[in-house]
Amino acid sequence: MTDLAVAARGARRPIRAITAWDRLKANRNWLGAWYMLPAAAFLVLFLAYPLLLGVWLSFTDTRIGQAGEFVGLENYEWLWGDSVFWTSVFNTLLYTGVASVVKFAVGLYLALLLNRHMPFKAIIRAVVLIPFIVPTVLSAIAFWWLYDTQFSIVSWTLRKAGLIATNINFLGDVWNARWSTIFANIWRGVPFIAITLLAGLQTISPSLYEAATIDGARPWQMFRHITYPLLTPIIAVVMTFSVLFTFTDFQLIWVLTRGGPVNATHLMATLSYQRAILGSYLGEGAAIATAMIPFLLAAILISWFGLQRRKWQQGGRDD
Amino acid sequence: MNKFTRRSLLQGGTAAAATGLLAGSGFAGWAQALAQAAAATWKPEPGAELTLLRWKRFVQSEEDSFMALVANFTKATGVKLTVVNESLDDVQPKASVAANIGSGPDMFWGLYSLPHLFPAKVIDVTDVANYLGKKYGGWVPSAQVYGRSGGKWIAIPVGYNGNVMNYRISSMEKAGFKAFPKTTAEFLEYCKATKKNNTPGGMALGHASGDGNAWVHWCLWAFGGNLVDAKDKVIIDSPETAKSLEYAKQLYDNFIPGTASWNDAFNNKAFLAGEVHWTNNGVSIYAAAKAQKMQNIVDDMDHALWPVGPVGKPTEFHVAYPLLAMKYTKNPMACKAFMAFLMEAANYDKWLIDSVAYITHPLNAYDKNPVWTSDKKLTVARDVAKRTLTAGHLGSVGEKAASALADFIVLDMFASYVSGRETVKGAIQIADRQARRLYRR
Repeated sequence: MTDLAVAARGARRPIRAITAWDRLKANRNWLGAWYMLPAAAFLVLFLAYPLLLGVWLSFTDTRIGQAGEFVGLENYEWLWGDSVFWTSVFNTLLYTGVASVVKFAVGLYLALLLNRHMPFKAIIRAVVLIPFIVPTVLSAIAFWWLYDTQFSIVSWTLRKAGLIATNINFLGDVWNARWSTIFANIWRGVPFIAITLLAGLQTISPSLYEAATIDGARPWQMFRHITYPLLTPIIAVVMTFSVLFTFTDFQLIWVLTRGGPVNATHLMATLSYQRAILGSYLGEGAAIATAMIPFLLAAILISWFGLQRRKWQQGGRDD
Repeated sequence: MNKFTRRSLLQGGTAAAATGLLAGSGFAGWAQALAQAAAATWKPEPGAELTLLRWKRFVQSEEDSFMALVANFTKATGVKLTVVNESLDDVQPKASVAANIGSGPDMFWGLYSLPHLFPAKVIDVTDVANYLGKKYGGWVPSAQVYGRSGGKWIAIPVGYNGNVMNYRISSMEKAGFKAFPKTTAEFLEYCKATKKNNTPGGMALGHASGDGNAWVHWCLWAFGGNLVDAKDKVIIDSPETAKSLEYAKQLYDNFIPGTASWNDAFNNKAFLAGEVHWTNNGVSIYAAAKAQKMQNIVDDMDHALWPVGPVGKPTEFHVAYPLLAMKYTKNPMACKAFMAFLMEAANYDKWLIDSVAYITHPLNAYDKNPVWTSDKKLTVARDVAKRTLTAGHLGSVGEKAASALADFIVLDMFASYVSGRETVKGAIQIADRQARRLYRR
């Protein structure tokens, strides 16, 4: 009996050498990577692959329904000399720049206002969100009527009030159309910024303001040295999103002007759609879309560095 | 929506002969008999089921009538036919993808040059086209251009959407015209006079794929300008183009302000509101005025064909709707049977009537359809298929012509010059450069 037990023990297989794979499977540092795998696969499949495919298409002369051939930088060379493309770049930068700055200013102002104690605070905060809740296409159609050359309520009111003699040509004049679309975008984008900044404001401890008041700080000083520095991280995030959304805006322009008049409001996104889907030149459309990437990357990098540097966040200088 | 019933048309008297065929309870039975006759030639595969993707209707009564026709087809042949609607702009991309991957709806019903984008992927319908042509007085010339490729028929041009001048009679008379101008010179005078009388007109210069493209191409061709020649060589940079631009500028200066932002829907509502007194459009404004019981507009408006320019012949550009069947379909005979069924007098006449002249026929025999005589204001739309030039005009009607339209090359050339953003030379050069790229391959 004892012999048998000894024999059994002796027959146990020798311990296998631990392979790198075994270590990987059990390593705590790698555990995180395993858990991320499904998410990564998802991202690769639905984000990275389409993105890379888009970039690849921009180097081909693919058309809808027809496989293309590699043409190198031909699409980009063509766009370089294409005045419509440069108009769309200018429009996109103007649209993004003006709309983002104004949205930020108005949004911050609204957030500060909403952060005060006032009656019906919850309702007012909810109301502010309305423009953001309405589907873009619906609000665009509303603006389409507001901006109509013949039926605009704005023109009508001003005309009845005797301030203007003829209807305002909102969408028919080059610069009017640009400002009109920018205004519509601002109207739509402000609530997002206001509510996000409001959330940020509420994380700032009231004791800081109390201490500042005791020290005799004026409202502007309190804003400059308490609110602003503590709000910086959230400003960086919210403005990144805002810039990205504005830069890639499509629906509003498409419903209001389809890029007209005379391409004066064509954004890179709308031009890309017109050339790729309606004109069926996928390669060229992809090149326009790819040309947006550097701008978007720049916006992301700025905010990323903003988030990384704590001193900068707190209003100080980087050493 | 429409005011036509078979009864009212019958009362019209002149229409009695043609409508007689449609009237009465025997209609459905007759359609069935006829369908079976057609089905004898193109016998649907047993158990066949079809899907048709079509452009989304603009006139509700047209769609209702079409769906009734489809139901009759199913009743007569036992073939189940599913109809999918897509907005006009989306039919082409979907058809292109379907043709390329070899799967999707059996039939597509789209715009202009659709079958020419992939002529090798659609079934040859020469037999159907010849049968119909012989039976119904022949196809109009533009239908032969849109329908044929390499000596074969690759699609059945089912109908056209005429784009004609819509005008208010009273303001025309006030401007000193007894009839709508027949030449471009008269038309300019008319345009100036109506502006002076504060009853201006206007035509879309925004990215309006229907109305905008229709009028700028008319203007370009009326003065002898062309995007490409017969060999698809780009020839837009010409003195004729410059002349047409100068003419358009003079028109534009006498339009109602704001036309640079107009899309396809603007002129409809502006006309109905009495803001513009003439514009180019389908006959749908008239139909809408009737539907909304705006009797003052119904009585005071009429339609006219486009003025003729220095080239001395009509240079109109109407929308064509060809119907094609894909080679990948498992039921090619059923597709052909449907095409024949649709175009047979028993069915097509009724559909034409219900479309209230919004659709014009491609087969000469349908000139006799009562819709063209029951209301004299709709008669002009009868001839649009005979008069229209084709997409690309002198050049091919294929993919390049379609892309040039979709990218608004000619429309933007006109818009950028007349609105003062570019000089004549600059506007032409931009169009030239874009066109050369589209046509290089």
